[in-house]
Amino acid sequence: MDIITLAEVAGNLSVIGYGLATLGPGLGLGILFGKAMESTARQPEVSGKIQMIMFIGLALVEVLGLLGFVAALIVK
Amino acid sequence: MSEAMGMLLAAEPDLPTIDDFLPRGILFQGTPFEINRIILIRIVATVLLLVVLGITAKRAKLIPGRWQGVVEMGIDFVRDSVVYQIMGEVRGKRYLPMISTLFFTIFVFNLCGIIPGMNMAATATVVMPLVFAVWVLIQYWITAVREKGLWGYIRDECFPKGVPWPVYILLAPIQLCELVLIRPASLTIRLFANMVSGHLLVATTLAFAQYWVIESANKLAGIPVGMLWFLFGLVLTLFEAFVAFLQAYVFAILSTVYISMSYPED
Repeated sequence: MDIITLAEVAGNLSVIGYGLATLGPGLGLGILFGKAMESTARQPEVSGKIQMIMFIGLALVEVLGLLGFVAALIVK
Repeated sequence: MSEAMGMLLAAEPDLPTIDDFLPRGILFQGTPFEINRIILIRIVATVLLLVVLGITAKRAKLIPGRWQGVVEMGIDFVRDSVVYQIMGEVRGKRYLPMISTLFFTIFVFNLCGIIPGMNMAATATVVMPLVFAVWVLIQYWITAVREKGLWGYIRDECFPKGVPWPVYILLAPIQLCELVLIRPASLTIRLFANMVSGHLLVATTLAFAQYWVIESANKLAGIPVGMLWFLFGLVLTLFEAFVAFLQAYVFAILSTVYISMSYPED
């Protein structure tokens, strides 16, 4: 390493890409679970239905995060 | 690097790579029926599932024993809290065998990822989830054609009522794309990427544990750190068991939702 090089970064840029890709789904999951908890607290009698809808939403949000993961695998 | 050199230097932990999911063939190399490790796991898991469920069904009694109780609980779970909850009993009865098959197969295939000796989910390559997703795709198109007719289904999905007509130019291609491409693709990617990432995660923690305990030069620091990694690996293994169940559940729910969206709304 010569004297000009002050900092050196080794590794793959796709790691940063995947880190960014988790941000959006993270926000989505937070809102999703927060709202589900809130509505279960308000109406505990429909908690089963809320939970099921929550899982459908979870699946839709999750696939966004996984897209970042898969893209990092495919694009070398 | 040779084995002895690797033991001496041991500069790097033996981290898992994506090549784990592309193992070499072990039988019938060079033919289309080449069998590698993951396919062997699939065969073993399928045979196991069929034999266990077959024996349970054959020995079923009116008053269930302990094991029969467990199996019935699983089947009741799929029936009551997945299919009947979404579609209702009248419409759901027809799809009960399909959704139960999907749920149990995916659950057992996913569980293979944490069974010692297999250590690889049978759904961890893109092909197996794709088969399930295409099955669901065909099923909801068949349902739609039977219930609404082909054109009726496309009209309801791509040209919904109450939308000003210029929006159709944008909406119709997106909806059609969703019907034939995005739904199966998202089912596939969700299942397969979850299993891949789960395997990589568990294997990484265990590789670090092995590196710190066995290969690290500084034993005083290495063993406690390695034990921590090992503990972390155990916790993640339990988490993977939860994910295996969750993914099977989500797959079953989404298949049911897609099929029930093919029915005309009341």
